Amino acid sequence: MSKHPLLQVKNLHASAEGREILKGVDLTVNTGEVHAIMGPNGSGKSTLAQVLAGHPAYAVTAGQVLYEGNDLLAMAPEARAREGVFLAFQYPVAIRGITNAYFLRSAVNAIRKHRGEEELGPVEFMDALEEKLKVIGWDSSYLTRPVNEGFSGGEKKRNEILQLAVLDPKLAILDETDSGLDIDALKTVAQTVDKLRRPDNATVLVTHYYRILTHIEPDVVHVLAGGRIVKSGGKELALELEEKGYDWLREEAVVA
Amino acid sequence: MTDVADRTERYVADFEAFARNGASGGPEWLRELRQGAIARFAELGFPTTKQEEWRFTSVAPIAETEFTLAHAPRSPRLAPADVEHLSLGAGPRIVFVDGRYAPELSAVASLPQGVRAGSLAAALGTDAGGELARAHLARHARWQESAFAALNTAFLSDGAFVHVSANVALERPIELVFVSTGRADSDSPTVSHPRSLIVVERGAQASVVETYAGVSDDVYWSNVVTEVAAGEGARVELYRVQREGRQSFHVATTHSRQERDSYVALHAVTLGAALARHDINALLAGSGAELILNGLYLLGGAQHADHHTVIDHAQPHCASHEFFNGVVAERAHGVFNGRIIVRPGAQRTDSKQTNNNLLLSTEARADSQPQLEIYADDVKCTHGSTVGPIDQMQLYYLRSRGLSPEAARGILTYGFGAEILDRMGHPDVRDRLDRLVRERLA
Repeated sequence: MSKHPLLQVKNLHASAEGREILKGVDLTVNTGEVHAIMGPNGSGKSTLAQVLAGHPAYAVTAGQVLYEGNDLLAMAPEARAREGVFLAFQYPVAIRGITNAYFLRSAVNAIRKHRGEEELGPVEFMDALEEKLKVIGWDSSYLTRPVNEGFSGGEKKRNEILQLAVLDPKLAILDETDSGLDIDALKTVAQTVDKLRRPDNATVLVTHYYRILTHIEPDVVHVLAGGRIVKSGGKELALELEEKGYDWLREEAVVA
Repeated sequence: MTDVADRTERYVADFEAFARNGASGGPEWLRELRQGAIARFAELGFPTTKQEEWRFTSVAPIAETEFTLAHAPRSPRLAPADVEHLSLGAGPRIVFVDGRYAPELSAVASLPQGVRAGSLAAALGTDAGGELARAHLARHARWQESAFAALNTAFLSDGAFVHVSANVALERPIELVFVSTGRADSDSPTVSHPRSLIVVERGAQASVVETYAGVSDDVYWSNVVTEVAAGEGARVELYRVQREGRQSFHVATTHSRQERDSYVALHAVTLGAALARHDINALLAGSGAELILNGLYLLGGAQHADHHTVIDHAQPHCASHEFFNGVVAERAHGVFNGRIIVRPGAQRTDSKQTNNNLLLSTEARADSQPQLEIYADDVKCTHGSTVGPIDQMQLYYLRSRGLSPEAARGILTYGFGAEILDRMGHPDVRDRLDRLVRERLA
């Protein structure tokens, strides 16, 4: 399969509560690629991730986002998910009373139904899930617990990765999934993401730290500062950021 | 107020007829008990919203309706098929129609040795049964303080009597099904006063399922009292399902008393009635006792349901965990009042209370009031309550996984119920209630 643009973000402006956070983001992600978006706190990284998933609190004030050539911003959050967009939340939400298994199966079946595939029953689903659980190093006890309720920070992140593995999206956006993980959890997350890499899908890693990029090699590294992508480069850019921090870029952005 | 007096006088007159015509029956101590109770009812009168305990719940619709006492049917009012859907199916089942034992609908043949389950009226008619009942009947429910419990005690004639002898473990739950037919062969709305007594002696184990259901859309009133006594080290699980008719009134008190090291779980699911009030009074009377109060109310239309719970930690080293969830839709109104009393000397009390309410419309309303009265210093007591609409972040999270807004709302709403259902120990009962909850929320 030849490379083609999966996601095209053009001059994207977005605000929350009347405050502009994204001030003209341009970004193209092709199939088969892993992009890392780095940047200081408050630069708009999470906003970009949430706008792509359809968070209702953000208003897009200008610009365009094409996903497989279609207007992503015109699609409801569930339509984006069904078409293969997945966001691993920075702060996953807990849901009382609903087991992880039921939640996952509901999500899988919503997507299968959209594709015209037969929905999976509880038993079939459990069989399919077993393998994915092994990948993230979980036993089935996590499936009978309510979604993210009483989960530690690391467990919540692993649960996002489990969803990623189960839903097998075309475009995976990981919003600081690496934050707050110990080294073993980080490796598990990185390995899972790496295993899911295919020529027909793509991953956007939103991260604050260089650490995860030693486990997942990005094709392109972007620096987001002040609501714009101020620099893009190869993986060596990540290393440069690790050494020099972000301040030198912020100055460049101001000058620009 | 003269009209209030008139309202109680009607019941006093009914009581006199009831006492005269012999329908009341039973031993001398019971007749005295009834006399005392009707006198107390006349003194107390129907509560008004000026009383703190009734601030959110007006019982005027009950006080203003002329109810006649549901009488014993001349012929069976219901066939077994009519009550089949109200029951779990297998296992012992005791059915009451309009407050009277209905042997033709009941199945109590399979009870193990040391277990007695049947009609309270029948038990009171025998010496042995009367003595067993006398030790507990009306000794736990504080009818002296409640007009409704007093009225139930005054008209006490039938209901369920379950007695599990010491160290007997009952595997299958005993089902008590109370069906109201509404007006049936009466011209005016009817009232019944089902009275049940569940005694689980030292070291014994039992599960009991109480179902209150209506089979008509008539106006009627069920005024229920259930007393539960758990002996030392006993384990009791009581499930209570209220699915009365849409136009009915349901007033109930459940009183439990626990001895040392006993375990009691009270699961209450409220689905029915136009106006419902359920008082749960749980007394931890022996040290080391553990109590679970686990309740769910699903309300819609113009339903009003009020749950008042009192957990009385009278002894040290007891634990009580209380969870009530409410889903309130349309113009319905849910009320939860949870009082926890920790008596002087009840050290090492561990008490936790939560009440979460989901409002599904802008007109829906829920009032939640915790009341902690702590007179001991070495205790752990926590409480928390929430009232609000569906959480937007939860909704978005589910949608971001491909679920439609409708499906996501359905899941989040169901979660309020599932959280309570998951605490139920008996899988058959839980599954059945799960189906009821899903049907209700669909």
